Amino acid sequence: MHKLTRPTLLSFAALAIAVLLSVGVGSVAIPPKETLEVLWNTLQGTAPTSDINHTYQIILLTLRLPRTILMIMTGAALAGSGCAYQGLFQNPLADPYLIGAASGAGLGAIISLTLGWPASPFSYLAVPMTAFISALLTVFLVFQLAKVKKTLPVTNLILAGVAVSSFVTALTSFLLINASGELRRAVVWLLGGSTMAGWKPVLGQLPYVLVGLIGLSAYAYKLNVLQFGDEQALQLGINVNRARTRIVVFATLSTAAAVAFTGVIGFVGLIIPHILRRVTGGDMRRLLPFSMIGGAIFLVLADVVARVIVAPQELPVGIITSLCGAPFFLFILRRSKEKDW
Amino acid sequence: MQLRVSIDQAGYDQSATIRNIHFTLQEGQLLAVIGPNGSGKTTLIRAISQVLPYDEGQYHINGTNLKEASENSRAQLMAVVPQSTYVPPSFLVREVVLMGRTPYMNWNGKSSRVDEKFVQEAMEQTDVKKFEDQLCGELSAGERQRVILARALAQNTPVLLMDEPTSHLDLRYQIEFLELTRTLGINNGKTVLVAMHDLNLAARFGDLFLAMKNGSTDAFGSAQDVLLPEKLSEIYDLAVRVIKLPDGGSTVVIPQ
Repeated sequence: MHKLTRPTLLSFAALAIAVLLSVGVGSVAIPPKETLEVLWNTLQGTAPTSDINHTYQIILLTLRLPRTILMIMTGAALAGSGCAYQGLFQNPLADPYLIGAASGAGLGAIISLTLGWPASPFSYLAVPMTAFISALLTVFLVFQLAKVKKTLPVTNLILAGVAVSSFVTALTSFLLINASGELRRAVVWLLGGSTMAGWKPVLGQLPYVLVGLIGLSAYAYKLNVLQFGDEQALQLGINVNRARTRIVVFATLSTAAAVAFTGVIGFVGLIIPHILRRVTGGDMRRLLPFSMIGGAIFLVLADVVARVIVAPQELPVGIITSLCGAPFFLFILRRSKEKDW
Repeated sequence: MQLRVSIDQAGYDQSATIRNIHFTLQEGQLLAVIGPNGSGKTTLIRAISQVLPYDEGQYHINGTNLKEASENSRAQLMAVVPQSTYVPPSFLVREVVLMGRTPYMNWNGKSSRVDEKFVQEAMEQTDVKKFEDQLCGELSAGERQRVILARALAQNTPVLLMDEPTSHLDLRYQIEFLELTRTLGINNGKTVLVAMHDLNLAARFGDLFLAMKNGSTDAFGSAQDVLLPEKLSEIYDLAVRVIKLPDGGSTVVIPQ
């Protein structure tokens, strides 16, 4: 285990740096020293030492800190569930979007946006809620379609996922074209830019992400054994159907929470576990936690880029993750001489 | 009796692939299952290991009904060496062998000193210790097969089922491995069922023989009952001679 001390320390240091950068960058730049000072004072409950620190405190606590935490949770949820899907389907192309979680969430969000629900009294939570429910329904449908008697063959699951996903995506496009409601907000949401401000989304997302990721971590060892295929896993004493169903439920919970509160953000769940597997090896008990931290770092940094690249405007972070993620991913794959690419 | 198998019919759907197979193995016995391609050897092993979708059979190990036992307790009673040697490439050899201890470990796969002892022993017996720190993706097919054999031995079960376990091994490892399973039978009372194509190896190591044809038992019994030229010729649709070597009892089967 001691071999992992260094990577662990390094990744936490990288996360800390990313967070300091993320809360410091913006229309008002806040240097790291002041950030730490303000946070320290707030934690101790003492008043800010100066007016400028007071301004910093407001910006940090009401805007940048909640947004950064939202990015950390979303990144961890996407990369963690992506890692689980890749292990479960023994397929490096698997990601949170494969079995319909994300497209389902997209449809839900677009339904509520085009119907003009955000204007209703419970406005603000309407989009995440419909996205979430629609994601779970879509995955449930995929499961029902893929089921053969009591078993759940992986190939069926992937095929049903792809088919249902494209059907749902088509529905989404249809709604968009006929939309009379908030078209711009809907498109931004689909591009992964629906970042809501304040602590409410953080608190809304937290329970789902926590349950999902803790649940996945509890199944990390079973995920190892499942990678040998159903038959060998069964012969090694794993209740394959139960383990697989629970893993999918936990992973979908994480994905749906991420998508519901931040929009459709691609590529994080695909590349982060893939890259980290080269560092940690295949053991999910190491790969899963490292993927979560890695996803958090990546998304926090991508969000920084999204905020500065066309400042004072802001790009949807989903554009940045794909724009930076895809070339970086290809670079990693080309450089490694491994056969499995 | 250690392993009791009583199959009326079983297969992948209602049109069963195997039927009418009934036998009982005692502690320490090695049963060689022989028969041509497609005769149902692999299906039989799948049936006993409870992974077939359609199965009207009864299976008992030391009195435990396998159909009613949990996955975990089944895995403590029998280990299976499948025909496929697929191993995820990004695991270390040592990690894979340790997975044989899954039915004894907790939810997070935490190994005890006993688990480690069985793993070390199994790796020495199958000669994989020298590459225990290598990734499985770097191994040859024969090496992977030995890793899976090591995993099955680490499982430390009273019954061991093997489907063509030596298909990728060279002559020396074939002999060494079958010697090893026979020793485990004699010393530890391990009951072994092994499906194999090589009749000479089967003749050399089997205590009992089950000859299969078209999914059913064609002959069951000792070498005198099963390894007869007329029986084998009929099963394989090929005229064969069975020769007893003068050196003290080895039997050799050769095509005529």
